[in-house]
Amino acid sequence: MTDFGRRRLLAAGGGIALTGALASCGSNTGRGGGASGPALSQWYHQYGEPGTEQAVKRYADAYDKADVTVQWRPGDYDRQTAAALLTDSGPDVFEVNGPTLDQIRGGQVVDLTDQVAPAKDDFNQAVLAPKIWQDKIWAVPQVVDMQLLYYRKSMLEDAGVQPPRTLEELVDAARELTAKGRKDKVKGLFLGNDGGAGALGGTPLYAAGLSVVTEDGKVGFDDPAAARTLGKIHELYADKSLLLGAPADWSDPAAFTQGLTAMQWSGLWALPQVKKALGDDFGVLPFPADGPGGKVAVPVGAYGSAVSARGKHKKEAAEFAKWLWVDRTDYQRDFALSYGFHIPARISLAKKAKELRSGAAADAVAYATDHGYAEPLLWTTASKTAYQDALSRIIKNGANPESELTAVVRKTGTELDRVRKK
Amino acid sequence: MIRTLLGAQNRNLWFWVFVGPFAVGLALFTYVPLLWSVWLSFFDAHNTVTPTRFVGLDNYLAMLGDGAFLSSLGTFLLFSAFIVPATYVLSLGLALMVNRVRIAQAFFRSVFFLPTACSYVVASLVWKLSIFNGVRFGLANTVLGWFGADQTAWLSSTDPPWYWLVIVTVRLWLQAGFYMILFLAGLQRISPRLYEAAAVDGAKPGWQTFRHITFPQLRATSVAVVLLLVINAFQAFDEFYNLLSDSRGYPPYARPPLVYLYYIALGSEQNLGLGSAGAVILALIIAVATIVQARWFGLGRKED
Repeated sequence: MTDFGRRRLLAAGGGIALTGALASCGSNTGRGGGASGPALSQWYHQYGEPGTEQAVKRYADAYDKADVTVQWRPGDYDRQTAAALLTDSGPDVFEVNGPTLDQIRGGQVVDLTDQVAPAKDDFNQAVLAPKIWQDKIWAVPQVVDMQLLYYRKSMLEDAGVQPPRTLEELVDAARELTAKGRKDKVKGLFLGNDGGAGALGGTPLYAAGLSVVTEDGKVGFDDPAAARTLGKIHELYADKSLLLGAPADWSDPAAFTQGLTAMQWSGLWALPQVKKALGDDFGVLPFPADGPGGKVAVPVGAYGSAVSARGKHKKEAAEFAKWLWVDRTDYQRDFALSYGFHIPARISLAKKAKELRSGAAADAVAYATDHGYAEPLLWTTASKTAYQDALSRIIKNGANPESELTAVVRKTGTELDRVRKK
Repeated sequence: MIRTLLGAQNRNLWFWVFVGPFAVGLALFTYVPLLWSVWLSFFDAHNTVTPTRFVGLDNYLAMLGDGAFLSSLGTFLLFSAFIVPATYVLSLGLALMVNRVRIAQAFFRSVFFLPTACSYVVASLVWKLSIFNGVRFGLANTVLGWFGADQTAWLSSTDPPWYWLVIVTVRLWLQAGFYMILFLAGLQRISPRLYEAAAVDGAKPGWQTFRHITFPQLRATSVAVVLLLVINAFQAFDEFYNLLSDSRGYPPYARPPLVYLYYIALGSEQNLGLGSAGAVILALIIAVATIVQARWFGLGRKED
């Protein structure tokens, strides 16, 4: 009897497992209704703003030429897509923080030049430029994101400090504000828990009037001004003016709104939260200029909508990307401004948006338009990592900026040679 | 013929029914990718797992000539130098204490073993966000604040390198209980007669007995524990990644080899040929270190 029971139990368990396995082979698209046309899979990274996921599913539902399934993917999205593009089971349409030059050269994404062509001049050219390789467009910019310096007006006034316009002024202001806030343990500036290497990236180089890679494809920071500027970032760390070890990193405005720091480097996306917490007691600035050839710098970037070259329905996927990110301007506006806070990638939409026409938001948009720079396509991951490692050593360990940058110039030169070779 | 193949009482059949699926899985998901990775390491393979251009040993030379990879190996050595002896001493100490306790032994055993059930990711986040965050309301800073000390940025400070304290303590908390159980099993295998004989011969209980009876009797367990500790240290990833990375990357200090490979070669850059070469180098180092250590301690040799 026991033996029989055990066998029956095993058989029943096996049956249930088999049924489950068969059921999982079915097409659970996660959405109701049924559109005609081929089935397309669309991937997004997980946005923090509530309502965004429902919005993109609503857009997908409204498309009637294909059955589009949205996948909302938490975790390390860039690496997930990079791995998925190697297989046939990846997405058809996906948003990408790029695509990278290697992805384009590796034939992993589809040419979308014809899809973008009707509205090409209406896109923000700073963020469109890194999507172009050999005169072809490889992704449609969705929304523009930018980073900027938030400062607390009341704290600066109490300390008798003016909003900094040069890098020297920023160093001095951070020092003053730290000294003033010592009793309350308020630091002058927050550039991220790593001291700024990750968040700032190439911004200090642009502030010195340089670039990471020049327009004609050469190393853009083989210049003494680069070492001088990065040395000043180290001063901030050496002065103990930087907030370090905050529970939330630079992309979250919590350290600023909780009064742990008087100034913080963060993104435009944080503006609604800052406004809610501090009212009008804050202002925004670009990264201040440094040196005689310097100019203020504002990093801008855009997630783009790209089409996988390994998808079964490339043509239909490209048509969907065009429909959503070129034709349906009402959805783009909704996506940019109804949930989080971004600048629409289309200039005409950004100009019309009333949310972007006053106060700190208007200042931010003006900085992005007048001083925005986007990382060029030729600034590959290998060069970027070598640079950020060097920047980290300069900031935290006080490593010699000249010798550190010499090594990065060499590495970037090798990378530029590699990508030009084929 | 079929009967012969099936064996007595279908033993061969049942062997393959039970072992077969696991053997197939092991081959498919472990050995094939392993061999494929070795093969790929001799090719240029950017953004593809299909070998494109044969480059010979170039990937290996590039990896061994890369200062960042070599420094990641240095980070590992430093980490091992901290964590292996610290875990060994702590888990042995806990085992001796728990073994000696006469009341509620099961309770203490469970209490010390419980952290093993916690994931590295969760523990890292608790350490990072609650205990060792660098602001005034972090637990460690609050306690130090009572004594008038300044707030310390535990994970961001490289001089002094306080981040090591965070990394080592989280792993100690997570794994000491597991090794304590191994030592407890070892302790319970030691015959009480040995202690009785030692007492008759005049050995004092405590350090003398531990040094001349307990410790030598734990030799086999010690070898196994050290071996596991070294391999685990080599595979360190979770706590380093969760404690020190942010959305933009990872600082160059405290970057162990696996984190380095994840970021540089196998991550968004997708230089899979180079990454494979790094993985092979790492596997060879682990294999050599394990064999040398096993020889050194005489693993598998018959007890004297």
